[in-house]
Amino acid sequence: MASMLMNSLRNGPVTSVQAARFAVRSLSSTAHLKAQGSVSAKSKKTLDKPGVRNIVLVDGVRTPFLLSGTTYSDLMPHDLARAALQGLLNKTSIPKDAVDYIVYGTVIQEVKTSNVAREAALGAGFSDRIPAHTVTMACISSNQAMTTAVGLIASGQCESVVAGGVEFMSDVPIRHSRKMRKTMLSLNKAKSIGARLSLLGSIRLAHLAPELPAVAEFSTAETMGHSADRLAAAFGVTRVEQDEFALRSHTFAKKAQDAGLLNDVISFKVPGKDIVSKDNGIRISSMEQMGKLKAAFIKPHGTVTAANSSFLTDGASAVLIMSEEKALAMGYKPKAYLRDFVYVSQDPKDQLLLGPTYATPKVLERSGLTINDIDVFEFHEAFAGQIMANLKAMDSDYFAQTYMGRKSKVGAPPMDKFNSWGGSLSLGHPFGATGCRLVTTVAHRLQKEGGQYGLLAACAAGGQGHAMVIEAYPQ
Amino acid sequence: MASTGLLLARGCCRTANNITGHGQRRLSVSSAVLARTHVSYEVKDNVAVVRINDPNSKVNTLSRQMQAEMTDVMREIWGNSGVKSAVLISSKPGCFIAGADISMIQACKTPEEVTSLSQEGQKMFEQIEKSPIPIVAAINGSCLGGGLEFAIACQYRVATKSKKTILGTPEVMLGLLPGAGGTQRLPKMVGLPAAFDMMLTGRNIRADKAKKMGLVHQLVDPLGPGLKSPEERTIEYLEEVAVEFAKGLAGKKITVEKKKGLMQKMQDFVMGLPPVRKQIYKTVHNKVMKQSKGLYPAPLKIIECIQTGIESGQTAGYQTESQNFGKLAMTSESRALIGLYHGQVACKKNHFGKPEREVKKLAVLGAGLMGAGIAQISIEKGVATILKDTTGEGLARGQQQVYKGLHDKTKKKSLTTFERDSILSTLSGQLDYRGFDTADMVIEAVFEDLSIKHKVVKEIEAVIPPHCIFATNTSALPIKDIAAASKRPEKLIGMHYFSPVDKMQLLEIITTDKTSRDTTASAVSVGLKQGKVIIVVGDGPGFYTTRCLAPMLAEAVRVLQEGVGPKKLDVLTTGFGFPVGAAALADEVGIDVAAHVAEDLGKAFGTRFGGGNVEVLKTMVQKGYKGRKSGKGCYVYGAKDKKVNSGAEEILKSFKLTAPPAVSSDEDVQYRLVSRFVNEAILCLQEGILPDPVQGDIGAVFGLGFPPCLGGPFRFVDSFGADKLVQKMKRFEEVYGNQFTPCQLLVDHAKDSSKRFHK
Repeated sequence: MASMLMNSLRNGPVTSVQAARFAVRSLSSTAHLKAQGSVSAKSKKTLDKPGVRNIVLVDGVRTPFLLSGTTYSDLMPHDLARAALQGLLNKTSIPKDAVDYIVYGTVIQEVKTSNVAREAALGAGFSDRIPAHTVTMACISSNQAMTTAVGLIASGQCESVVAGGVEFMSDVPIRHSRKMRKTMLSLNKAKSIGARLSLLGSIRLAHLAPELPAVAEFSTAETMGHSADRLAAAFGVTRVEQDEFALRSHTFAKKAQDAGLLNDVISFKVPGKDIVSKDNGIRISSMEQMGKLKAAFIKPHGTVTAANSSFLTDGASAVLIMSEEKALAMGYKPKAYLRDFVYVSQDPKDQLLLGPTYATPKVLERSGLTINDIDVFEFHEAFAGQIMANLKAMDSDYFAQTYMGRKSKVGAPPMDKFNSWGGSLSLGHPFGATGCRLVTTVAHRLQKEGGQYGLLAACAAGGQGHAMVIEAYPQ
Repeated sequence: MASTGLLLARGCCRTANNITGHGQRRLSVSSAVLARTHVSYEVKDNVAVVRINDPNSKVNTLSRQMQAEMTDVMREIWGNSGVKSAVLISSKPGCFIAGADISMIQACKTPEEVTSLSQEGQKMFEQIEKSPIPIVAAINGSCLGGGLEFAIACQYRVATKSKKTILGTPEVMLGLLPGAGGTQRLPKMVGLPAAFDMMLTGRNIRADKAKKMGLVHQLVDPLGPGLKSPEERTIEYLEEVAVEFAKGLAGKKITVEKKKGLMQKMQDFVMGLPPVRKQIYKTVHNKVMKQSKGLYPAPLKIIECIQTGIESGQTAGYQTESQNFGKLAMTSESRALIGLYHGQVACKKNHFGKPEREVKKLAVLGAGLMGAGIAQISIEKGVATILKDTTGEGLARGQQQVYKGLHDKTKKKSLTTFERDSILSTLSGQLDYRGFDTADMVIEAVFEDLSIKHKVVKEIEAVIPPHCIFATNTSALPIKDIAAASKRPEKLIGMHYFSPVDKMQLLEIITTDKTSRDTTASAVSVGLKQGKVIIVVGDGPGFYTTRCLAPMLAEAVRVLQEGVGPKKLDVLTTGFGFPVGAAALADEVGIDVAAHVAEDLGKAFGTRFGGGNVEVLKTMVQKGYKGRKSGKGCYVYGAKDKKVNSGAEEILKSFKLTAPPAVSSDEDVQYRLVSRFVNEAILCLQEGILPDPVQGDIGAVFGLGFPPCLGGPFRFVDSFGADKLVQKMKRFEEVYGNQFTPCQLLVDHAKDSSKRFHK
């Protein structure tokens, strides 16, 4: 492809600024590919496909991820999303009317702002002519928002889309019981005072018990932590392995934070409170201290504890995705190509959190890459036990053959390439917002570490999963 | 000889061991392991993991071999000072220990022999209970009878929270009692009321319920796919967890004593009062007498054992338990119930081989009570089913019945709402023949009328593929008459379900001489999948079950005409052991159906099927007294109770007969009813309708409610004596004629007392 562009440079008349920029890029890309070639031999030089539009990540930001119930506690979800959108506007300086569409992902919806994308966009100062919608797919909601954007651009419907995600666990909708709701709804319809009184009289003490949302599967009524504990046991993951992985996550996150690598985090002046500019969930503990904790879900003999699980988090993220031509035309230097992606789903009972295991070989196959081609891995860390189980599953021929119908295992990622800036266990996991963080982190790590291909994968409630291959934009 | 040799060898090793100490120990263990086949153990980190696995069976039972090896192993473990605790676990995925070996009990000739068996068990479990090191029972799969008694003798119990894990004391259902300390330990463990409930009903208890009751201490979740198969890894995980608990117990980090809540303390206090306990014994005794009519000795003996243990101390309790166990094992009731158990196992197998094609798609015609019931039990077991009716109204009613059947299970938590929904998604309710072209089997449950059935056969055969089996659900119409309209009679078979289909266990399959063997194999396979106990019988009016029931009902009508009221009739029949009285049964079956059957079979068999006047039933139907379904029959069915229908009584008055005093005592009435049933059953065997007595007994008990304590008509004749029965029948014959003429086979048995239906 590089040589083809060289040809066009030689032959075609260079008249416009756009063409000039294109040419420059092609030159640099050649250099980049050479450099890569010397690092390690790749199965493919690039994932460019003829006839397929190149779609790029221009930039990505996120608010600091905070433990729920801390500094963000008095906000509403759209406030957080708004902060992320404004941060993206500031960082990219994109004109507010140059965006064609906005998509947001969220999991637990505030009923007043059920289309949180629209409410946030209006408040963030985007033109009110930009349509916005909200998607939900559990912990891969913002991945779904981003791939929706990719779809809109690939089909030529849009050129520039903002995708993001938000989750706000400091305040969740707590409902009246079904019986109480029914009575209240009937009250609206009751015409006479007598009818109303008799309805009021039908209320019993038990009807006043509220309904709390739970991080549990609707289909199986099992909480996710419980399922993670069973999963860890099924793969023989020990408590020590889990605690070690959690400690690793926190240690790496702290290092990355101190080194200023987490530069997707924006500062956010919280109304009535201070300016927040750092994630606040990173805590480097010791194996002894972590070992003292009791099991959180399967008591008393379980292995999943508060210290080796991701915690409830408030936060929002946003990315700007464009067609390559549009980005270049607007003078941007994109960070990465968003390449192939897959969604998978499996049994929500016993394989709830195995999404990465199923998605990884599939997306690599689509791309024509192998696990050895990947320079940067970013997996969503729901639970240390879940990550370890996935790593073991990916490294097992038995599992690949028995449950995935594959000839052999895909192989486990080398740990020196894996989540080396921390992960959901330490940085936090606002359900709807994590996906964008993963994509931005892959792009940043590829840039920083000089790699070419990155892979992100995540599991989600409902027994679903997602993976995407990202290619560094030639520097 | 061989086994004695081994025992001696083992004994030698042990002696050597004790003298030479530790170094030799390992050698002796490995040589003993070689000799043992049922129980093995290894020491992990000071914990002895004892694994039980009967190599010759799918389930573990407490056979002599198992007990001997277990005693042996435990002695070694107790002798090893390096072992601080033990875990007892089964290597079989679906079974911990399913109970004692029944054949071991059956082989005993005297009550003393059985008593000594019981004493051996008591002794063994007492040693376990008094073990110097804590023993953790790790339970996965069925833990029943002796298996449960073993588990509750251990110091700690961990169970998998799987659907396969069930705990219970089913001995009462075999006419026995928990004879290895169960009647003594259970009340202490779960409290008097719960212990009574467990032992008197024999019900299975799921793991989560067992935890709540205090029967197990901890639950372990079953695991899904991992680096090994889920079953294998789940057992491994159970063992790992149990080993941790064993270590914790040995190190005194875990205590067995559970903190008692206020309610528990109050209950304990109340139970500590002798008058309260006395009242409980009395109440339970009365309840048992009311339900069993005193026909079943086991529940009464169980009460006696529990009472003795609590009131007179453990030694007396154990003694009563072992003696009662010995007595019960020799009762005819226990033999009858054990016979039924074996029969049931035999009738849960397909004796016709594997069908050429598995039935994956079923179509049911008619969404009435039967049709919807058949559809429900089919989709529950993963067979995609079409439910077809002719009217939207009928279809909606049928679909609602299926929904309700499944929804009730979610209320009892045996299904999740999600499972309910996905099961229901395999049911297709429809009014047309869409999809019949890919059906593997059609079961019709339309109205019992030959011309309608003929019409249906023709319609269906036009739309189904050549391999599709056509099954007809009829209770009396001869299958060959229905098959007369068929172009492919080899694919036609009768499948007689019993109402309510989801509750009644029996399925009677009827083959004609044209039905192919593969068709039969397929029908049996579907029935087994639906969870049925199956008898396969020959064709003829009323087949087997209806044909036995009809003369008894005819006699019941005569008894009613002779002035015995419906209530009295029911008291007499339930007093004989029938779970439902004859009048109530007629209401359940439907008076219209009974009239229909009586008329049809009367035509087929002539005066032998006479007795009561069919016009009685017909008049009742005319007046709308069709039985329970219409709210009125012999009884009037109110919201809660039922009263005798005065309208029916008036009809009976108008058909009044004089009761002949010679054969009208209560006992005579009972035997008039039963002997006609039994005689007809034997005649079915004589004529070849019935292939064997086992299926005859199973069909009568599971389909018609023949008294289980008698074990079925054939076992009844064996134990009651054919000659005595024939004598009684001759007496009745003198009054009523050929309705009581004993059939040839029965007469043969009466003449030769060595002839028995069951060996």
